Amino acid sequence: MHVSSMHFKRKAVEKLGDEKLQQALNKLQSKFVDGRAAAIAELPNFNEIRDAAADIRERVVTQLDDYLRRFELEATARGAEVHWAESVEEANRLMADIARRHHVRRIAKSKSMVSEECALNDHLESEGFDVIETDLGEYILQLAKEPPSHIVAPVVHKSKEEISDLFEEKHRRTRITEITELCREAREILRPKFLAADMGISGANFIIAETGSVLIVTNEGNGRLVTTLPRVHVAITGIEKVVPTLEDATTLLRLLPRSATAQSITNYVSILTGTRGQNDTEGAEHFHIILLDNSRSRLLGTELQPMLRCIRCGACMNHCPVYQNIGGHAYGWVYPGPMGSVLTPAFVGLENALDLPNASTFCGQCAVVCPVKIPLPDLLRHLRTRQVKQGLRPWRERVALRIWSWVAQRPSVYGLFSRLAVRMLRLAGGKEKRLHYLPGVSGWTKGRDLPAPAGRTFHDLYRRKPIA
Amino acid sequence: MRVGLFVTCLVDLMRPSIGFAALRLLETAGCEVVVPSTQTCCGQPGYNSGDEKSARVLARKLLREFEGCDYLVLPSGSCAGMIRVHYPTLFASDPDVLESIQRLSARTYELTDFLVNVLKIEKIPGRYSGSLTYHDSCSGLRELGVQAQPRALLSKMPGVTLSEMTESTTCCGFGGTFAVKYGDISARMADKKCEHIVKSGAAAVVAGDLGCLLNIEGRLRRRGDLLTRTLHIAEVLAGENGECT
Repeated sequence: MHVSSMHFKRKAVEKLGDEKLQQALNKLQSKFVDGRAAAIAELPNFNEIRDAAADIRERVVTQLDDYLRRFELEATARGAEVHWAESVEEANRLMADIARRHHVRRIAKSKSMVSEECALNDHLESEGFDVIETDLGEYILQLAKEPPSHIVAPVVHKSKEEISDLFEEKHRRTRITEITELCREAREILRPKFLAADMGISGANFIIAETGSVLIVTNEGNGRLVTTLPRVHVAITGIEKVVPTLEDATTLLRLLPRSATAQSITNYVSILTGTRGQNDTEGAEHFHIILLDNSRSRLLGTELQPMLRCIRCGACMNHCPVYQNIGGHAYGWVYPGPMGSVLTPAFVGLENALDLPNASTFCGQCAVVCPVKIPLPDLLRHLRTRQVKQGLRPWRERVALRIWSWVAQRPSVYGLFSRLAVRMLRLAGGKEKRLHYLPGVSGWTKGRDLPAPAGRTFHDLYRRKPIA
Repeated sequence: MRVGLFVTCLVDLMRPSIGFAALRLLETAGCEVVVPSTQTCCGQPGYNSGDEKSARVLARKLLREFEGCDYLVLPSGSCAGMIRVHYPTLFASDPDVLESIQRLSARTYELTDFLVNVLKIEKIPGRYSGSLTYHDSCSGLRELGVQAQPRALLSKMPGVTLSEMTESTTCCGFGGTFAVKYGDISARMADKKCEHIVKSGAAAVVAGDLGCLLNIEGRLRRRGDLLTRTLHIAEVLAGENGECT
């Protein structure tokens, strides 16, 4: 997917002024934040499960090669073919090759963020295949030619009315506005596509080393149709999605839907193991699994390694006050919110996403809600440190920080400087005792006043304080 | 008990009354309070901007200034969190300093946490009459677990009616340099905070960090709200305006 993270600031301002988007984002609080809290409260031993989940993911990350080899062995033994893709280009090429090998023309897809990472649909279409998204949200986005703005609720930025307009225009039918009606219309259009598809593409929430299985959680049932009806099924996911055993997967499943959609369990949990056997009545005849690296392995052994624990629940963005106000598109790549602000610079280059690690108040709520205990603020801070070390920060910021640090190390200079500064600011504040504008910090004064200081510093007053 | 008071640079520059209020609270509780005159900044701005080097220099300076104290107390959850949680990380690969840093970190407290959990004070020196709403500042809340402490102290003040706002734990949008670098996003977050404050019906918003208070006050005034007051918890506990200079 095209990277536009360098325009974060401009796009964020645009999004703040987008009334429709702002209304759509208001849903996050009740649906995802309050909902998650209630779903977590159902678990009497949430903290123990969370510890166990973090341990499982950490164990996988520290022995990733072992678990991946075991997965390949087990999956292959059950008739699946495992393909390794180092880059998105390689993943796209593998996918098209598989499709050609099986004489595929029509492809039905269920939701996969890794396929967004690869811009897989564009590639397959350019190679002459028909690709249709079957997750309702992704289908809407395919019609609207827009990228997802959330990793779990891809179309969260759109209102029901916008979708009504879109369906009317693209389906060429009478405009309908009821949600159930809109779903029915989408279903009518999608059902024949499932039946006609030669190949289904899915993502994977987990891949299980012990059994060589692919596990996906969905709510619409489209995932099950896509992975069982067509004769070929290709699952594409990142190498870090492996978990050791089925039991480990069930531990993680106690947290994933609760963290993601406030559900104790999703409507469908599919575990796909091997190809269709002789006595099986359903399942794909050919089962391929593409495992994408795309810089993931480069995170191993670095400070960013804990990011590989991520199970893509989206809780960090749902609870992020920055995401809540600007939505996902401003982040400029596949993954938005705090997890995206770590992954985007890590995957597409620090210099291509300078704002992302900085666009956080370090409020820490993302780390509080992360089901696998990723210390997201620490990782973002680490990326800021890397930016400084690589000289990637703007010169004005560097000079300002250097001056502050120089002054703060010298108490007498600091004393002199601070006494003078607060006196001037006090005068500038006038009768109202606040400043409406201050050069150098217009970012502050554009949206709020600056309360004027008292005019004397604490240390100045303390020095002159009469001894009691 | 020798207690070092680090007033923080923001309090020193912008609102010294908070420093004096903290001083009064500690002294009234019987502490021998030391206020080193050379104190400046804990290094957090540099640290959070990716400049670990300057943060380490300022951390060493602060260590020298407060090493001799039994406790180090700050009227700020953010700066207390910097010392308690982040200083040890900064010196993780510097065994010479790490031990002293860890000793200092373990003795570092946010003011209300110290008053409640170490001094266990029963009597609040200040008087306040009216309704308040409490904003939970992020670092104090999530790094230090400061949430019940300020409320416990306020509940001991007979004239105080605490009227909780919704989403009191949501960030106000300050975030240090974030408020300047991403002013538009920051102001929107502050605006939502102001809405919750106004809806609470309280006459004043109280918090444990001056950064949040400046941000909230700035936005309240820009919205045209000249009445809702913004008070630091130390000011309330020590007497409404911290008038003890």
